[in-house]
Amino acid sequence: MDFGVFLQTCLNATYASSYLALVAVGLVLIFGVMRVVNFAHGELYMAGAYCLFWVFYQNELPFFAGVAVAVLAVAVVGLLLERTMFRPMKDNPLGGLICSIGALLVLQAGAVALFGVRKKSFAGPYNEAVTLFGIDALTISGQRLVVIAFAVILLGALWIFLRRSRFGWALRAVAQDSEAAALQGISISRISMLAMILGAALAGVAGALTATIVPTGPYMGHPVIIGAFIVIIVGGLGSLEGAVLASVLYAFTHTFVTTLFDGTIADITGLVLMLIVLVVRPHGLLGKPERA
Amino acid sequence: MGAVTYAVWLALIALSLAAAALALDPHLGGPHRRRWWQGLALASAAVLALSPHVVTFSQQELLVFLTINTLVVVSYRLLALTGEFSLGHVVMMGFGAYASALLSKQFAIPVPLSIILAAGLTGLVAFILAFPLFRMKGFYFLIGSFAAGETIRLLWKAFIGPKGISRIPGVPDIEIGAYEINFWEPVASYYLVLVIAAVSIWILWRIEHSHIGLTFHAVHWRDQLAGAVGVNTWRTRTQALVLASFFAGLAGALLAHYLTTVNPNRFAVHEMVFVLIWVIVGGTATIWGPIIGLVTLTAINEVLLRDIGYDELRPLFYGVLLVLAMLFLPNGLETLPARVVRRFRRARPLTSQG
Repeated sequence: MDFGVFLQTCLNATYASSYLALVAVGLVLIFGVMRVVNFAHGELYMAGAYCLFWVFYQNELPFFAGVAVAVLAVAVVGLLLERTMFRPMKDNPLGGLICSIGALLVLQAGAVALFGVRKKSFAGPYNEAVTLFGIDALTISGQRLVVIAFAVILLGALWIFLRRSRFGWALRAVAQDSEAAALQGISISRISMLAMILGAALAGVAGALTATIVPTGPYMGHPVIIGAFIVIIVGGLGSLEGAVLASVLYAFTHTFVTTLFDGTIADITGLVLMLIVLVVRPHGLLGKPERA
Repeated sequence: MGAVTYAVWLALIALSLAAAALALDPHLGGPHRRRWWQGLALASAAVLALSPHVVTFSQQELLVFLTINTLVVVSYRLLALTGEFSLGHVVMMGFGAYASALLSKQFAIPVPLSIILAAGLTGLVAFILAFPLFRMKGFYFLIGSFAAGETIRLLWKAFIGPKGISRIPGVPDIEIGAYEINFWEPVASYYLVLVIAAVSIWILWRIEHSHIGLTFHAVHWRDQLAGAVGVNTWRTRTQALVLASFFAGLAGALLAHYLTTVNPNRFAVHEMVFVLIWVIVGGTATIWGPIIGLVTLTAINEVLLRDIGYDELRPLFYGVLLVLAMLFLPNGLETLPARVVRRFRRARPLTSQG
């Protein structure tokens, strides 16, 4: 692998880790507060992509109007999932997860009903290539740069929100010990709704921003959710920093193996990585071991 | 679809519901309980034996798949008895299919032998996988079994080929006097698969009601207590996984020789989701629960919805039904008849027996 290809692959991996981190951090947020692993999270990402397709491509409105619609619409879908499934299933540890598999099928079929099975490929407004630092090898489409920028800004904002605002404190308290938090007067159901809105909105943004880069189809969430699961296991369930770190690790591994060998081998590598972490260190790189 | 087809499917649903009602309520039927079971067994045998002769060719094929899937869901329930839900069961089925296909095609091993060997090999692989997987429980086991299964499936895709294996030898013809049984016919295959599935389910039933089966329940509900009184919980879970995988492998091998092709996509996670839905919508308290789920959903999906003609929206129905079952019928469809019976009983004046 010569140096130019190496730099190019690094850049692609950075892009891949940014949208993966947006999806995975949302998944961790929801798990942290509700102890539910949301299998439908990849479909929230897909819903975000279709929102952009509808607003930006079909109605020819500005790109960022599409992103805004995606955030709002997907947050509403997330809220619906919380109210109709996760809250009633609160006492059943695998119940929420199984319900989310049902939600996954419903959302996929909904996308098929509204937009058809065929994948949509359409160009975004920032498609021209940008050369960074005057180095030819560091050429990337503007669209991917937007994804990277958004991921950095949104994840930074989330980090500050969780550490500086009262809501953020409450959310972290619930994630640490929901009973103790409830005793302090924190409303678990309001915090659950907040976590679901935030988590879903992050997936929606990721979907909307990547809709013009990858073909938008009803089953586009599938590889994303598998990647996100690998990330949250490797990073440690419940650890936001772990999810970001693992997104970078996984995306770089996956992109490099894809470039050197092929996509299937890269998928196998990712899954084996997750299995090794599950066996050797089930609480992940940055997670805390669960109390018995 | 003709009225006869609907009648066959309704009969299958009604029979499995009746069996679940009898199994779940030890007082149902009172002194005539044994008669009820015998009548049910006779009626089931009659319906199962006659049904392929009254339906169309495509429905005959569907009956073969249904019978193979029965074995898949019932074996899945054996693992679920220990409290663990796996996302790798369909890959175990695929392992049996691939193993039997390769054994019979590449190594020219006679098909009946290759099917048994393949099931055994699947059990062996499950035994090896148990070492890493049973360090995990609950969600971690779920995701770990997915990772292990998906890795195996992608290995087939990478090294055997994305199109799988084709031209697998079928089950050889049998000649009995003047009769010749040709397993290219779905009806002949149906009877073969039916007998194998029935024997396997009987074995699984015996396992559940043996000493081993009791430890499965113990490990599910009180695993630390079970460990404290001397049950090796790791070994118990491994036994369940190996036995469940053996029968899944058997089902897969039967499928491979019936279809004469195997394809890695046939064993992907979305197929696993269907198995999970059949088992959860049906219920896991009795052996009849997963069968009810499978038969009912297959009937609605392949007969009713196909007639109405919303092909692409069929997953919607599966998803909605899964969520509704989780919310409103968490113990599965199998508890439905018992609920109805109880309601009728309550309406009547109480007898001296209560």
